[in-house]
Parts: sequence; structure tokens; C-alpha cells
Amino acid sequence: MATANLPPLDTALETDPMQDSGVSSFRKFWRRFSRHRLALVGLGILVFLILVSIFAPLLTPYSPTAPNLAHVLLPPSAAHPLGTDALGRDVLARLMYGGRVSFMVGFFSMIIATSIGVVWGATSGYLGGIWDTLMMRFVDLVMSFPAIFLLLVVLNLTGANASVGLMILYLGLFGWTGLSRIVRSQVLSLRSQEYVEAARAQGASNARILFKHVLPGAMAPVWVSAAFGVAGSMLAEASLDFLGFGLQPQIPSWGNMLDSAESYIVTHPLLILAPGLVITIAVVAINFVGDALRDALDPRSTAGMQRIG
Amino acid sequence: MTKYALQRMIQAIPLLFLVTIVTYFIMNLAPGGPLSMYLHNPHVTQSQIAVLAKQLGLNQPWYVRYFKWLWALLHGNWGYSYFSGQPVIQLIGERLPNTLILMVAAFLVSLCFGIPLGIYSATHQYSLFDYTFSFLSFFAWAMPSFFFGLLLQMIFAVKLGWLPVAGMYSEFYPPSLWELLRHLILPTTVLGLGSLAGWSRFMRSGLLEVIRQDYIRTAKAKGLKERSVVLKHALKNALLPIVTIIGMDLPGFFGGAVITEEIFAWPGMGRLFLSALNDRDYPVQMAALLISAALLILGNLLADLAYGLLDPRIQYN
Repeated sequence: MATANLPPLDTALETDPMQDSGVSSFRKFWRRFSRHRLALVGLGILVFLILVSIFAPLLTPYSPTAPNLAHVLLPPSAAHPLGTDALGRDVLARLMYGGRVSFMVGFFSMIIATSIGVVWGATSGYLGGIWDTLMMRFVDLVMSFPAIFLLLVVLNLTGANASVGLMILYLGLFGWTGLSRIVRSQVLSLRSQEYVEAARAQGASNARILFKHVLPGAMAPVWVSAAFGVAGSMLAEASLDFLGFGLQPQIPSWGNMLDSAESYIVTHPLLILAPGLVITIAVVAINFVGDALRDALDPRSTAGMQRIG
Repeated sequence: MTKYALQRMIQAIPLLFLVTIVTYFIMNLAPGGPLSMYLHNPHVTQSQIAVLAKQLGLNQPWYVRYFKWLWALLHGNWGYSYFSGQPVIQLIGERLPNTLILMVAAFLVSLCFGIPLGIYSATHQYSLFDYTFSFLSFFAWAMPSFFFGLLLQMIFAVKLGWLPVAGMYSEFYPPSLWELLRHLILPTTVLGLGSLAGWSRFMRSGLLEVIRQDYIRTAKAKGLKERSVVLKHALKNALLPIVTIIGMDLPGFFGGAVITEEIFAWPGMGRLFLSALNDRDYPVQMAALLISAALLILGNLLADLAYGLLDPRIQYN
């Protein structure tokens, strides 16, 4: 890279506008973010839920999967605070281990979707011309299908029930299009800015200009969309479980718990209420955080959680 | 405007064409193809399968089959269900209106309740109603629709017995509009709740932002009534982002319809699609995928046109 040969004066051009104030910009962000008390509550709830699911083996003596036919459909008791399900498994233990699956699916599918969305949108906006047209027409095409129809067809083609990894991959592969449009429009407006022109005049490569100078300025909506993306994926995964085309039935996930409890809705409503409320609370908590992130980083955007069902 | 509308419609045609290619391609990824169900049947020999493949034209290259399929599609021949043997177009014809009834009902409910509730929340900012409603709408938006559906079913149909548990018409009474409406209430609530909550929140924040603008202060300074300032001057501009949000939420309506139909045994496209997935009934799957995409393209087109009508700043050409 040419940077090493540059006179000191010009290095200021190499630092991008998002980072130039360093710590103080984070303080500014935190001040705006923490104004939302509900977001702090949401963050607290999320940390609690994630810790509980990580340390599930230490917190509960029960297995989330091994059936115990001597203890089927027990009401809540000291030994089983939320009772047991139709196969005698402790509901609380299944909720804790289920959190691992739900958060993992939500988080990693968001990583995939966000990476594709950012790279696709940035490349399209930066290259412009025929590439831009082609890449965005492709996005139009993918977005012409309701996501759930595509997901169901693809899940069904690869054998009705998916592993956690496959579910993450599919949710990621079908969840990036909206973000790519946002990133593209950000990059389009940034790439003609003077500091970008300056970098180009210094002979920086396209990739360097794009990733070092343009993208950092375009990241605000990305963080917001990533937060909502986690929530959307968690809901989508639960919906697919419920429809019978989600994760393999033996995997303890909140959606699978709801699916298998459907026939006990009248006799044992707790089997439905427990996972249903936990997933609602988790999604609400993420959305609180997402709302505050949007306010702090990108107040004018209309970004929000996309529901596929 | 007419010219813009026509232009947007013409732009949709290549998109529809690509949609047919993608649909065809995805369905051809199916392992073993349409005859795979015979592969493990001891009564069907390999040579019989070969004869069937030849009869169905499966030995031709994919692009030949694609254009033949597209040609037939354009002439109303959508093939036959592998499962029931009925013409696909007939199955769709029976199911699509039911789904449209459900979707339009839910759409109207979300719009007719969500927008006024959002306006009321905004004009009564920081009131008890505003806080309660904002808080509840967060939960409504985040709740999985099938969880909400199961709860409603349990409370209003099973425990209280006020409304039918499932279906579109009763088995005991002759079909009537009244019966249809009774059966519509719960599915419509489930399908509409999420968007009602989302749209009212956007309406609220959009209106609050507009109310702070200078021209609203001017209108108030002129001595116009608060009510007419909000409804005439502010609302029209605050509605603009809502139209975008509504367009963005359309795919959610399709997913919601699949889930809602599954919970309430509503005889629509969603359930047809789910059973076609279970039966490996590829012609029906293809048709459902195509119809849903076509409806989504149409919905986005309508949202674009509505945006154009509401926003005079948009230039046609």
C-alpha cells in the first residue's frame, strides 16, 4: 500500500470520518442509546437469557432431550418449576437449552445475511453502471418471492427437517436483500464525497477506497439492521418449526416446543405459554435495543424487524 | 401519472419472466425428479419408469422443457397435481379467493385501526393511552403469529365458545356471509395484528416528526383548528413513509397467511402449498410459488403508485 510513503500531513485523509473522534463518538452514541430506558432493560434481559442458555448444564440437572416416561405431563412442582412435557422432559431445562438454538440461529444467520448484504450492496453501489443494474435486478428478483415460500421450498427439497447449521445458512441466504439496497444507496451518496475523491487521487485501490473509506461511513444502518435481523431470524425459525418444516423435531428449540405442545393446548396450556412468552420477550428485548440503536445511529431510517410470518 | 403507471407495469414483465425461470429452476433441483416416488416401488420396473419419463418429456434438455412449460402456462395449462390428479389451475382457482379474502380483511383491519390509533397516540403524546398502546404494540409486533393464534383459539373458541375454532364455514349451518364473517374474525386478527402494531408505531413517529415542522407552526399560527391542522396539513406528509412500510410488509402477509391458514384450517393457498410440500406435489408447489410472487410484484406496484399519488415531488420521467 502507498500509505507508508505519504507525507504526515496527508495521513489525516486516511482516517475516516466515523473514527476521527474515537472514544468521544462512542460516548456520544452511548448517551443517545442509554436515553432509552427500555433499551437498557432489553439489553439486561438479553444478557440474562443468553447467560442462562450458555450455562444451562450448570443450572439444571435435567437433559433437554432424554425422555422420562415415568414423569409425563407433570404439573409445576419444586422439582420441575414449569412441569414436564409429553415425553416427561423438564420444560424449564428445554427452555434453557432451546435458548442456545434460538440465539445461535438468530445471531449466525444475521452474520451471514449482513455480510452478504454489505458486500453485495457496497459492490453494486461502488461499481455503478451495468454491474449495479445487474446486481440490483437480482435483488429485485429475490425480493419478488415471499421469503417464507422460498424457505419452505428449499427446506423441503433438502429433506423436510434441517440441522441447526443448515437453518442458519438458509435464513442467512434469504435475508440479505433488504440490507443490500440500503448499503447501496449509502455508498452511492458517499462515493462522490471529497474525502473519497482525495483517497482516489492518492492512488488508493478500489477495494481500499471501498472498505477503508466508504463503508465505515455507511455502517450506521447496518448495525441497526443487524439488531433487527437477529429478532427476525429467531421468529422465522420458530415459525418454520411450527409449520413442520423447521429444525429436526429432536432439537430442543422454542419453536419445536411450541409445535409439539399444540395438541396439549387445552389440557396443559403452560406447555404453549412458556416457550411462547420466552420467545416474545426475547424478540421484544432485541427490538427495544434495535429501536435505541436506530435513534442513536440512524434516526431518519425506517429500518425495523422484517417478519416473514 | 398514467404514463408512469404503464411504465412501471411494463417493467414488471421481465421480472415476472425471471420469476418463472427461477421457479422452474428450483423445482428442477428436486432430488430424483417427479418420478422419484416410483423408484422404491417394487411393482414399477426401471423400463416402466423410462417409458413414463419419455411420455412426460423428462428426457429433453431443461430449456426445451422450460419453454414448453412456459408456453403451456401462458395458455392456462398449469399441469396436473401429482397427488389428486386435478388440474392445478382448478385447485388454485378454488383456493386463491379464500386467501385473498383473508389477506384483504387483515390488510383493511390493520389499516383502519393502525393508522387512527397511531394518529391518536401521536396527538396525545405521553398520555396513559400513548404509553400503554406503545408498550402493547411492541409485544404485538414481536409475538410469533402462531403463538398468538393458538392463544386466541384457546380462549375465544375453546374456553369461551364465542367463535368457531377453525374452518371457513360451519358444518352445521348453511354457508352465509354471517358464517364467513364469524369464521374470519380470529384469522384476520392473527394475520392483521403484527402489521396493525407496526403501522401504528410508524404512523405515530411519522406524525410526531411532521408536527414539529415549521409549516405546521404556521398553520397553527394562522388560527386553524388543531384538528384540521393535523388531519389536513400534517397527515398527508406523515402518510408517505407509511406507504413504504406497507409495501415492505407485504411479504410478511404471505408468510402470515400460510401460518394463519395452518392454525385455523382456512382452505386457502397457504394450506394448499403446505400439503403440496408434504406430498412432493411439484406442479402445485410451482404454481403457488409463481402466484405468490406475481401477487407480491403486483402489491409492490400498487404501493409504488400510491406513493406517486401521495407525493407530488415524484417526477414522472
